[in-house]
Amino acid sequence: MSAARTSPPARLDVKRIREDFPILERTVHGRPLVYLDNAATSQKPRAVIEAEARYYAEENANIHRGVHWLSEKATASYEAAREKVRAFLNAASVHEIVFVRGATEAVNLVASSFGKNHVRSGDEILVTGLEHHSNLVPWQMLCAETGARLVAAPIDDSGDVPLEEIVSRISERTKLVAVAHVSNALGTVLPVREIVDTAHARGVPVLIDGAQAVPHRAVDVRALGCDFYVFSGHKVYGPTGVGILYGREALLDAMPPWQGGGDMIASVTLEKSTWNVLPYKFEAGTPNIAGGIGLGAALDYVSAIGLDRIEAHEAALLEIGTGLLRSVAGVRLVGTAPEKAGVLSFLLDGVHAHDVGTILDQEGIAIRTGHHCAQPVMDRFGIPATARASLGVYNTAEELEALAQGIRRVAEVFA
Amino acid sequence: MSDLRELYQTTILDHYKKPRNFGPLPGAERHAEGHNPLCGDRVTVHVRLEGDVVADVRFEGSGCAISTASASMMTEAVKGRTRADAERLFERFHHLITDPDGTAQGDDLGKLEVFSGVREYPTRIKCATLVWHALHSALGDAKEVSTE
Repeated sequence: MSAARTSPPARLDVKRIREDFPILERTVHGRPLVYLDNAATSQKPRAVIEAEARYYAEENANIHRGVHWLSEKATASYEAAREKVRAFLNAASVHEIVFVRGATEAVNLVASSFGKNHVRSGDEILVTGLEHHSNLVPWQMLCAETGARLVAAPIDDSGDVPLEEIVSRISERTKLVAVAHVSNALGTVLPVREIVDTAHARGVPVLIDGAQAVPHRAVDVRALGCDFYVFSGHKVYGPTGVGILYGREALLDAMPPWQGGGDMIASVTLEKSTWNVLPYKFEAGTPNIAGGIGLGAALDYVSAIGLDRIEAHEAALLEIGTGLLRSVAGVRLVGTAPEKAGVLSFLLDGVHAHDVGTILDQEGIAIRTGHHCAQPVMDRFGIPATARASLGVYNTAEELEALAQGIRRVAEVFA
Repeated sequence: MSDLRELYQTTILDHYKKPRNFGPLPGAERHAEGHNPLCGDRVTVHVRLEGDVVADVRFEGSGCAISTASASMMTEAVKGRTRADAERLFERFHHLITDPDGTAQGDDLGKLEVFSGVREYPTRIKCATLVWHALHSALGDAKEVSTE
C-alpha cells in the first residue's frame, strides 16, 4: 500500500538535468540559449563529453587487432558500448548490433546489402509519405538500380499515415516495408507494432527508422518484432558520426558484406577473402571508437533518467507548447496527428519560416526552418517550408513561453 | 530590436509585402530560375531585352522577406541598364552584402544599400543574392536559362 508504488513515475528534475549540459549555460546574442532544435541534433551531457575525452586521454588504440594493453582496453570499452546498445534496444545478441556512421548509413547498408540479395525488377519497397530523405533516397537508388518500384503510403491532413493506407499497399511484390517510427518534420508517431504484425503476416520484413524515436521513448526491438531498426547517436545525446543498425541475426547472416576492408574479413589471400562473423562482417575499417564509447555513455545517461519519464516530460511539454502556439495570432500548426512526439512544426501567417528563424535567433531561440529533409511532406501540405521547434529532455515550459513570445515579436516586426 | 531593424528595414518589408514587377512578362525572351534548396525558395526572372538594354524585367516565385524584397528591388534597379551595367551592379551588390570588414559603402547602389544589414547574417546572404544569380543566368548565354 505504499504511496510510491501507486504514484506515477517521479517527475524529472529538469533543473538538475540542465546542469549536466554545459552548452545550456551559453548566451546567444546576449540572451540565454533556448535550444529547441533537438530533432536536428541534441546537446551533449558532460558524461558523454567526458567519456570521449577519457577514451582519447587514457585508452586510445586501434581495436580488435592489438596484443598490447591499450588495444585490449580500447576493444573492451568499445565492445562494452555495443553491449549497452544491445541492452538498450533489448536485442537478443550483440551480433545483431552493427556500429555505423548514423541512421542514414544504416539504411544505405540495408538498401545495398539486403537489396542486392532480395530485390529484383518488378518488386516493390513500401515507405510512407512522411519519411526523412534518409529513408527515401537509398530506396530510390536501389529501385533505379534494380528496376523495383518505390510505393509510398500517403499522409492525411493531420500528418498521420493511417494503418490501412500502409496495409493496403503491401502486396506479393513487396520485398520490404521501411517506415519512420516518429516523423522528424511533423512528430507523427506511426503504429510500428501493427505495421510489423501486418507485414509479417504476409511474410514481408520491416525496417524502422528510429532516429526520432530512440531519444524520446523506450524501444524494445523484440517486442516490436521488427527486422531492422536504425538510429543515430547524436540525436540521443551522443556524439555525431556514430549510429546503429540493429538487424535480426538470421537476416544479417544471410546478407552479403557491404563495404570491404580490414576487420570485416576472416582471411584474405590475393585471390579471395572470407568474411568475419557478425557484426564485424559489416564493420570494415577502423570505426569511430570514441563515438561508440560516447554513445554508450549517452544511453547510460538517458537510461538512468528513464525513457518513460523522458516521454512523459516531453508529452507534457508538447501539450503546453501546442496550447501556447495556438494562442499566438496567425500561427498554424502543421502536423496534428493524434499520436505525436515532441515536434511543433508551424507557419506564421504572412511571414516565411526563414524570417521566423532569423528573428527568433536574435532572441537566443534556436529552431529549425526549411523542409527538414522531408520535401515530400512539404509538397503534401503545399508549403515550401515550416518553422520547427523540437523538444528534448532539458526543455522547460518557460522556454516554450519564450518561443511563443518570440513569435509574437516576429509578427510585430512584420506588422 | 535595433539589430533586427538593420536587417528588416522598412523598405525591405515594404517590397516583401508589395513586390514590384511581380508576375509573368509577355514578350520576354529570356528566363531563368533560381532555387535555394536550403529554404525551398524559388524565383523565376523574366527579361525582355531591346538591343543590349534591359527593357523590362519581372519575377515570380515565393520566398522569404529578404529574397522577395531583393527580387523586387533588383527589377527596379536594373530596368533600363545595359547587360554589362546590370552585371556590374550585381558585383557591387554582392560586395556590399559579403564584405567581411564592413567598409563597403554602397554609395553607388542607391536603394539597394538597404541590404547592407544582410552581411551580419551569413545564413541569409544566399537569400539576397538568389534572384541576382537568376538574372545573371538570364542575361548570359548560360545553359541554365530555362524556357519556361
